[in-house]
Amino acid sequence: MTTLSQAMRLKSGLASRRSRRSAGSAYPYWFFLPGAVIFSVLFLIPTFASFYFAFTRWDFFTIQFIGWDNFVMFFKDPQLMRGFTNTLIYGVLTSGLKVVLGLALAVLLTSNITARGYLRAVIFFPVLVSTIGVGITFRALLDPFHGLVNKTLAGFGITGPGWLTDPNLALYSIIGVDVWKGVGLATLIYMAGIVAIPRDYYEAASIDGATGWKNFWSITVPLVAPATTTVIILSLIGGLRSFDLIWATTRGGPGFASDVIASVIYKQYQAGYYGLSTAGNVILFVVVTAIVLPLFLWFNRKQTDL
Amino acid sequence: MKTHAVRRHAVGIIAILVSAVIFLVPFAFLLLTSFKNVQDASFLDFSWPKQQFVFWENVVAVFQTNDYMLITAFINSAILTVASVTLVVIFSAMIGWVVARRASRWNGVVSMLVLAGLIVPPAIVPTVWVLQSLGLFKTLPGLVLIEVAFGMSFSILLFRAFVSTIPRELDEAALIDGAGPLRLFFQVGFPLLRSVIVTVIVVQSVTVFNDFANPLYFLPGAENATVQLTLFNFQSQYQTSWNLLFTDILLITIPPLIMYIFFNRQIVAGLTAGAVKG
Repeated sequence: MTTLSQAMRLKSGLASRRSRRSAGSAYPYWFFLPGAVIFSVLFLIPTFASFYFAFTRWDFFTIQFIGWDNFVMFFKDPQLMRGFTNTLIYGVLTSGLKVVLGLALAVLLTSNITARGYLRAVIFFPVLVSTIGVGITFRALLDPFHGLVNKTLAGFGITGPGWLTDPNLALYSIIGVDVWKGVGLATLIYMAGIVAIPRDYYEAASIDGATGWKNFWSITVPLVAPATTTVIILSLIGGLRSFDLIWATTRGGPGFASDVIASVIYKQYQAGYYGLSTAGNVILFVVVTAIVLPLFLWFNRKQTDL
Repeated sequence: MKTHAVRRHAVGIIAILVSAVIFLVPFAFLLLTSFKNVQDASFLDFSWPKQQFVFWENVVAVFQTNDYMLITAFINSAILTVASVTLVVIFSAMIGWVVARRASRWNGVVSMLVLAGLIVPPAIVPTVWVLQSLGLFKTLPGLVLIEVAFGMSFSILLFRAFVSTIPRELDEAALIDGAGPLRLFFQVGFPLLRSVIVTVIVVQSVTVFNDFANPLYFLPGAENATVQLTLFNFQSQYQTSWNLLFTDILLITIPPLIMYIFFNRQIVAGLTAGAVKG
């Protein structure tokens, strides 16, 4: 009896060892290799290198270490500093608006209203159109004199502002266009979250006499928290790094009114200030990481708690 | 019950009207302007062409601009999209496959790098510097590899999540039959991954096709531009010809539109992955 169970244990031990070894060779580590090489050479190396080049005056041929000068310049120059604050405004406002509007639209589109399919398609379609195309289209629509928006406003007797030409307004107009283009994605993510909420909760709440508004705040909002996380993190990552739309509408103008860090990086690169441009990259890296990473870790922890 | 239905329809109709004004009018405006001649278009009116309907003439004019540059650009964009998406699918599927199947200390490293790839903005000038020293700056192969490097993180996430839902029994059956790792992956794994592969292909190709910043940085110059770059260059060239500009936008929106019509479900699945689980 003992020998039998010993033999069996031995046999199973052997089998498991063999299967572990075969598991190893069946899923070899060299599968990582092609992807890892490309990722390291074109992403990791430049990222690490940027922490050195940011402290230099550099034009590919000559390089001179200048300490913190590029960063000092970045934060002293009011135009560059404007890019920094604009980046924060852009990231926070676009992601806030996408959360609010995306959730509202998703609630609307998961209720049983007519023409849901049409509405979903219409709201989502701008996500797929090229950002440059959207930017050019809105430059025409928001033209201060001939643009459709101001012509419509004039019909109501309102003199519309220079949406993209007024320095105090340009950034907010671009934020509006960004939300117009991206809210469809937020809506889709929220719809997936709402559909996953078990109907029982709403039924139990309606037995307790809860109304629509109460349902929304006590059931929908807390239970779509994972979707909210996804929307906030995705739109912050996109918003803080945003470049295409700004470049297609105002190129950071008028003056430097709608510059963000990403457009400053490009402008300094074009002007040949490679060190300064790279310092901008490092600053953007710090901004994005400092905002997104804690959010990501915090939300992750919260979810494992639940 | 009846008032309920009335209210439901009322909300629906209001939603349709509002969405039409906010989302459809810009597209209708785009379309209408592309029908017009230069003078007519310059008024930026939301109207049917008052003078002539010249859509085909506009299309021809857009294609003829700068020695048929748009055709070259379409070819470049097609090569870029097909090549980079193919590589992204194969390489990320291989990584996702091993990470999901084999618990090891590498998994933490992979997760960390994937997260970094999603969050960290690429360092522009140092990347140009690396590409230049490899002789890949301003070349299409260089841009392909760039799109692969930046697109892999998201794809690895999707593949890893999907592989962990496939039962291992199928692998083991193939292993007993003496399949090697490559045969196991390509003959057993790949077919099972089909739905997630389609998702990655669709999402990634729309992203790469619409990409503007990376071609602008890493493939500058007019002679081998991508479609988004030509659109941007046309913008300064056609400063006064909104009709041609809008015709160009229309033309380069066709490929993503086709993708959307045929692969609506896969796009939605790919983009909302993680919304439920986080």
